[in-house]
Amino acid sequence: MTIELLPPPRKDPQKKTLSPTRPPEARSRASLGLSAAAAEGRFALQVCAECDTVQYPPRDACSNCIGTELPWQEVTPNGHLLAETTIRASTKLYFRERAPWRIGSVKLEAGPVVLCHIHNDCEKNAPVTMLNRLDASGQGVLLAIPTTRTNNMEDDPQLRALSADPKHRRILIADAWNPNTPAIAKALLDAGAATIFVGEAESWRPHPNRRELNEMDNVNVLPLDVTDTASVSKLAGEIGGKTDILINNARFMRPGGVLDRGDTGFAKDEIEVNYFGLMRLAQSFGPGMMGRTADGVNAAVAWVNILSVNALSNSPEYGCFSASNAAAYSLSQSLRGEFRGAGLRVMNVFVGPTDDAWYQSLPPPKVIPTSMARSVVDGLQRGLEDVWCGDIAKDVRDRWRQDPKVLEREMTTGGDHA
Amino acid sequence: MSSLESLAADIATGVVQIVDLTHTLDPDFPVIILPPEFGQCARFRMEEISAYDHRGPAWKWHNLTLSEHTGTHFDAPSHWISGRDIPNGSVDEIPVEAFVGPVVVIDCSEGSAKDDDFELTPEVILGWEARYGEIPKNSWVLMRTDWSKRSGEEYLNMKEDGAHSPGPTPDAIRFLIDERNIRGFGTETVGTDAGQGTHYTPPYPAHFYLHGAGKFGLQCLANLDQLPPTGALLMAAPLKIKNGTGSPLRVLAMVTK
Repeated sequence: MTIELLPPPRKDPQKKTLSPTRPPEARSRASLGLSAAAAEGRFALQVCAECDTVQYPPRDACSNCIGTELPWQEVTPNGHLLAETTIRASTKLYFRERAPWRIGSVKLEAGPVVLCHIHNDCEKNAPVTMLNRLDASGQGVLLAIPTTRTNNMEDDPQLRALSADPKHRRILIADAWNPNTPAIAKALLDAGAATIFVGEAESWRPHPNRRELNEMDNVNVLPLDVTDTASVSKLAGEIGGKTDILINNARFMRPGGVLDRGDTGFAKDEIEVNYFGLMRLAQSFGPGMMGRTADGVNAAVAWVNILSVNALSNSPEYGCFSASNAAAYSLSQSLRGEFRGAGLRVMNVFVGPTDDAWYQSLPPPKVIPTSMARSVVDGLQRGLEDVWCGDIAKDVRDRWRQDPKVLEREMTTGGDHA
Repeated sequence: MSSLESLAADIATGVVQIVDLTHTLDPDFPVIILPPEFGQCARFRMEEISAYDHRGPAWKWHNLTLSEHTGTHFDAPSHWISGRDIPNGSVDEIPVEAFVGPVVVIDCSEGSAKDDDFELTPEVILGWEARYGEIPKNSWVLMRTDWSKRSGEEYLNMKEDGAHSPGPTPDAIRFLIDERNIRGFGTETVGTDAGQGTHYTPPYPAHFYLHGAGKFGLQCLANLDQLPPTGALLMAAPLKIKNGTGSPLRVLAMVTK
């Protein structure tokens, strides 16, 4: 049974903070399909298009018929533990620092035997469920967990290392003004977060979330304006060393495409908040977080962006806003690469139209704050990179994956005046 | 000794003191807030270009972002629709003599302390004139409210029905223009109009009447409590911005001690 993870003691200021180390990152190109699936929390393996043989490990030709068409498909994650052992010494620093580490082999119901990490609550020869999770190198790895829940199972060291669990962590939410902020703060606290910092821009004018946030325990509202470099670096100077998760929910949006506005005013604000805001936060908070990814129970672990799904394909009714989100999405990919070496995750939560003033004229479905909060917490707990919140985000994602050009054509209809 | 030499000597010896009526340009200083579907006044922002570092080893400098109407600023006639056709109505065209001139200060601080929506009326102006004499032609008239001592949320004093801060009534502004032919009108609040100024007829009477008559505005002023009711000299020169409708500026007053 897993021992409950307790809040960490206050840090000994005389001890050096552990430098980040990582599990091996190198993979074949074929293997990266596992990481792509793990980024969304899917358990997928290659399945031969010709003979249906499920493959493991990933490869370029079928182990049964040498067919080369091996698409990644979700397969049943069930199996049973064949053999297990515990690593107590390793030449790899990452595992050496975390020993003992349990590994073993699992016979999958889908066919192959896989080598994997083993949750400490798994019993010999017992049924297990496989998780495909991103490790600290951002690669998909397999972890066998008990098929039936055990007490405190999320606190298992191996499982926690494959997540960005908010439990006991200190989390900055960037924008107090956003209608989703109270719901996100509450969901994180319910998930065991220790402290929520909330950045508040322009405290010289009132906003509806202030009272609600101020009344919540363990929520600290602090000055932060992502359009003001000095403000961002000031707050990073104060709390950057104890920000374990940063949730960038700052957003500026006005409806309209290029021609609706006839100027660059709102578009500039959108870029200032949605794109440069992310950049300013990353430049001020990123280095400190990267230095603290091995800092014990409440090590820095994840960076979260809330993005419009129209970052993938523009919606001209919100054309300039979509463009700013495309820029932010691209920047988030750069950040992934830049944070990778430290093992700091970047999680993008893609949302469709949100239930707020600027999408008022759109019909449902719209993403409500509690749904977004659920997606954020679930994504962190599962260590995801890409989260699709709501039906519209999932639909756009699917159509985009099928054919980006077809989706673009669908999104850019001129009305049936022909 | 010429009058300028005499003035220089008086400044050097402190007989004439220079009072700074300007707020620091600060990212946190409030700007006017309009309904969010309208274009908005840019906040003051400062980005380092370099700071004696790899971006420029021996020098520090910044790029600024701001509106013509951010911080302590000057309103030119072309700022308002009523002043759009005034000749020489933009900051680069206004004759420079307009930027230096006499100033009177009407102290409304007591009334403003009791009533956030305190109104400057013709009666208040006439009451002031009864004590200090008629407002000289071509003077700046500043409305002292001590509003500049407020900070944070208290400055705009924004409620669900809009901002609440003191300002002039339409009649008061008409009186200052028609009966006293002033040079311009200045306040300590975020605009020359009251927080609730949109509910007068015409809306925003200070902006509407002043700029329609080719007069100027100053707002977000500070330290008006350091000026005498009469006798000071105001220096308020906006930046020379092509077709500019206003400009942040350093407003100074010369005061005889």
